Amino acid sequence: MAETKKTTIVLFSGDYDKAMAAYIIANGAAAYDHEVTIFHTFWGLNALRKPEKQSIAKGKLEAMFGKMMPRGADRMGLSNMNFLGIGPKLIKKVMKKHNAMPLPELIDMAREQDVRLIGCTMTMDLLGLDEKELRDDIEYAGVAAYLGEASDGNVNLFI
Amino acid sequence: MEPKTTIDAKGLACPQPILKTKKAIKEMDSGEVLELHATDKGAQSDLTAWTKAGGHELLDHTEDNGVYKFWIQKG
Repeated sequence: MAETKKTTIVLFSGDYDKAMAAYIIANGAAAYDHEVTIFHTFWGLNALRKPEKQSIAKGKLEAMFGKMMPRGADRMGLSNMNFLGIGPKLIKKVMKKHNAMPLPELIDMAREQDVRLIGCTMTMDLLGLDEKELRDDIEYAGVAAYLGEASDGNVNLFI
Repeated sequence: MEPKTTIDAKGLACPQPILKTKKAIKEMDSGEVLELHATDKGAQSDLTAWTKAGGHELLDHTEDNGVYKFWIQKG
């Protein structure tokens, strides 16, 4: 078979629906035997947060950010028709009906397929997110690592 | 040709049929045939593209009452 192809995705958005699109593409690309990497930056980092509250000593501002942002993929809102949180409940109901995979399962599936999940350390500092708050099976990197991957990526997306 | 494995992906939405196919093909030997059943309307385009990219062959496909059947030979 030809040389392994690469897919890189920058997940900037913290919206449930956008993250779902990113993870569906990531899983699809993995099924295409691509080496897949998802770089999580800014609000996209919330998809990697553990749902359980972590006790971590933080500054006031960082603690506030931590409280205001969703703890984990399942708590993220919709980019459209969020309706103060009713939207996500409705869409999850519809997804169940259509047998679509919920976001947390898509993320686990991606890891099963060896998709690399990367947290952007600079934005973690900005948002006051600690490594202990994020999934244990992820890596940490910055812009250079992203460019290194994206430079020979066949599919590069910013979501 | 007698399929080595049959996968039932009926009722499953994208991307599950393709993920199941990929998993099953991985376990098979070259030349063996996989039979897949799906109801996802995108499955036909998906599998045509996927088999081509992966060097496999989509031997045949049928549609009956909303159920799509595919026979894929591992390349």
